[in-house]
Amino acid sequence: MQPSFDYRAVDEILSLYEKKESNIIAILQDVQERYHYLPREVFPYLASALGVSEARLFSVATFYENFSLEAKGRFVIRVCDGTACHVRKSIPILERLRKELNLSAEKKTTPDGGFTVETVSCLGACGLAPVITVNEQVYPAMTPDKASELVASLRAQLAAEKAGERA
Amino acid sequence: MNKLTNRDELIALRKECAGALALETKRVLVCAGTGCVSSGSMRIFERLKTLMEERNIPVSVELAHEPHGQSVGLKECGCHGFCEMGPLVRIEPQGWLYTKTTLEDCEEIVTRTILCGERIERLSFQKDGTAYPKQDEIPFYQKQTRLVLEHCGQIDATSIREYLGFGGYAAFETALFDRTPDDVIDEITKSNLRGRGGGGFPAGRKWAQVRRQTEPVKYVVCNGDEGDPGAFMDRSVMEGDPHRMLEGMMIAGIATGAQEGYIYVRAEYPLAVKRLRRAIAQAEELGLLGDNILGTAFCFTLHIARGAGAFVCGEGSALTASIEGKRGMPRVKPPRTVEHGLFDKPTVLNNVETFANVPLIIARGADWYKSIGPENSPGTKAFALTGNIVNTGLIEVPMGTTLREVIFDIGGGVRGGKQFKAVQIGGPSGGCLTTEDLDLPLDFDSLKKAGAMIGSGGLVVMDEDTCMVEVARFFMHFTQNESCGKCVPCREGTKRMLAILERIVEGKGEEGDIELLLELADTITATALCGLGKSAASPVVSTIKSFRAEYEAHIREKRCPAGECQKLKRIWIDPALCKGCSKCAKACPVNAITGQIKQPFSIDLSQCIRCESCIATCAFHAILEG
Repeated sequence: MQPSFDYRAVDEILSLYEKKESNIIAILQDVQERYHYLPREVFPYLASALGVSEARLFSVATFYENFSLEAKGRFVIRVCDGTACHVRKSIPILERLRKELNLSAEKKTTPDGGFTVETVSCLGACGLAPVITVNEQVYPAMTPDKASELVASLRAQLAAEKAGERA
Repeated sequence: MNKLTNRDELIALRKECAGALALETKRVLVCAGTGCVSSGSMRIFERLKTLMEERNIPVSVELAHEPHGQSVGLKECGCHGFCEMGPLVRIEPQGWLYTKTTLEDCEEIVTRTILCGERIERLSFQKDGTAYPKQDEIPFYQKQTRLVLEHCGQIDATSIREYLGFGGYAAFETALFDRTPDDVIDEITKSNLRGRGGGGFPAGRKWAQVRRQTEPVKYVVCNGDEGDPGAFMDRSVMEGDPHRMLEGMMIAGIATGAQEGYIYVRAEYPLAVKRLRRAIAQAEELGLLGDNILGTAFCFTLHIARGAGAFVCGEGSALTASIEGKRGMPRVKPPRTVEHGLFDKPTVLNNVETFANVPLIIARGADWYKSIGPENSPGTKAFALTGNIVNTGLIEVPMGTTLREVIFDIGGGVRGGKQFKAVQIGGPSGGCLTTEDLDLPLDFDSLKKAGAMIGSGGLVVMDEDTCMVEVARFFMHFTQNESCGKCVPCREGTKRMLAILERIVEGKGEEGDIELLLELADTITATALCGLGKSAASPVVSTIKSFRAEYEAHIREKRCPAGECQKLKRIWIDPALCKGCSKCAKACPVNAITGQIKQPFSIDLSQCIRCESCIATCAFHAILEG
């Protein structure tokens, strides 16, 4: 247990579930929803609460695409690269976003913690292809230029939020 | 709401709900499927509600409980299917469908359509100068037979009372009171309902096998892990008519003797999770789920397990492992899921669409069901029609409908007047069908013979500008990424195949690559552990079969006939148009452009990185691609 880490949120999540192995995924999902990633500190804590090894938790956390062990940006931009979006040219949109934000397939989050750009295999909104999402918001029928505009407006929002924090 | 304790109370409630529905003489059904919600349908819903309330129009967002007067029903309904034209709003009793509705249209909808019964011409679907006011008249809907999706777009997707008002849970009632479990299984077997998840295994046989197991604890599991990119049929059912699926699972519980069920839903479908949770809570509240349902000995509870983003979890044994809280990896079979499934107990595992068919069969009988579609694949099939097609959306047609009817009559053909090239069916496990296959009937057996599979029902249409080698690379990249890594043929084989395909699309293909791909495909197909691996090579094999010349052009001529592969793009300067201004040479980041001022410049393709900066700078449009 890390003394500097506030475990109250984790306790709250744990209180919703029966402490059995089959709930591991659901519990990790709730933790991720709370922190937007799985902080390292929660693993030993959850392991002892659930009576399983830390390795058991890591095995699950690293297997599934949705779990992230690294903190994500304030805006998580997910570019759908399902077949329907792909044939309607989703890759140029992804490339434009990466170029705008100076990111790559390996470097997914900007150093200031503002943006994360990743792909997702299919959001099931194929009628609106190509689609991207920013956090939970869906943006239909995207083009590279629309993506640039979107980044500009998100940057402005980010700057406003930072100014607000300082004030 | 009070719990229903016997059959008569259920019948009475159904009658009450039908009565309340009859009082909603006008209904406005706003599509609340993922597609339309993304284009702002819920804001339209709220605006319509506010506008009607301001005008003191009695509006019922929820089906009323008490005896009340007439009102306008305003409902969030499931996917209408015509996603391309969303946000969609259906007006009843006229049966009009308004397309591409905006917030600005709401005022007029209320004042003209709801109050005066006038149709707003510009919101009706138009094609070739003809307006199609009624939903049923639109060509997209005309050739469809909507049975599983009959409620999607017609009823409030969030209300058990509307479902009951439309005759819901009547099949469950019949199964519970008028039939023995064996009768139910016989009916399903006789109907020849085949699993809609891809394999087409007869559901009745599966159920009978689970029923035979002596183990007292059994499970019913619904596979809602619709992972195939470009497929969203199951999502639409879960979002648009969740109770029908629950009813199907409950009937499976009666038939097999299971008392507990799990619905495994993809993480990418948050709305489906929300609607299912609500549906389960409503059914529990009415006592349709729980202990001693309707005063009988039958007990049944349902849980939702959310997936966490692993395609392989669509495979039965991986899915059950995931529900158990483990890594979703398939295991060697036998023993099969019907004997040792979830928590090692006998398990009925069917997909969403299969369960959604069950209430129809029990209510209307196996003979009726068999009258739809061909004998060996009866019933209907929902398809997600996507890609380079005019009418993207969700459709349902009788099995055996030809590909031509689906793509051209319902789908409206290829977008932008382009030529049809191929259609990918069955996602990453399926294959490509070409112009030659257009008259192929869509059913389990015909497609299998053609080297493809129905899969879960994704149809991705590709036009002449789509490179088939790139499509094969795309699917291989997907499968490689999703390979769980347990068995060597899949883990290593897909990696090698992907490396070869990447080389080919980059213009580094070598003679013998095609043969090597086919050899690897054979080995992986024969030796991989699960369905994901066994079918991983299908898109490659089927594109080589139909488009071998395209592979050869990439390998031998370093040319992409569709002009899609970035690295094989040829960028050249037309000497007739070039003024020799040198602007392009200055813009080129790799100094690939050389020449003398006032003389035509040229590009050294071995240096060129195809960034197209030169094209953007040329004022004379002298730099061309192709």
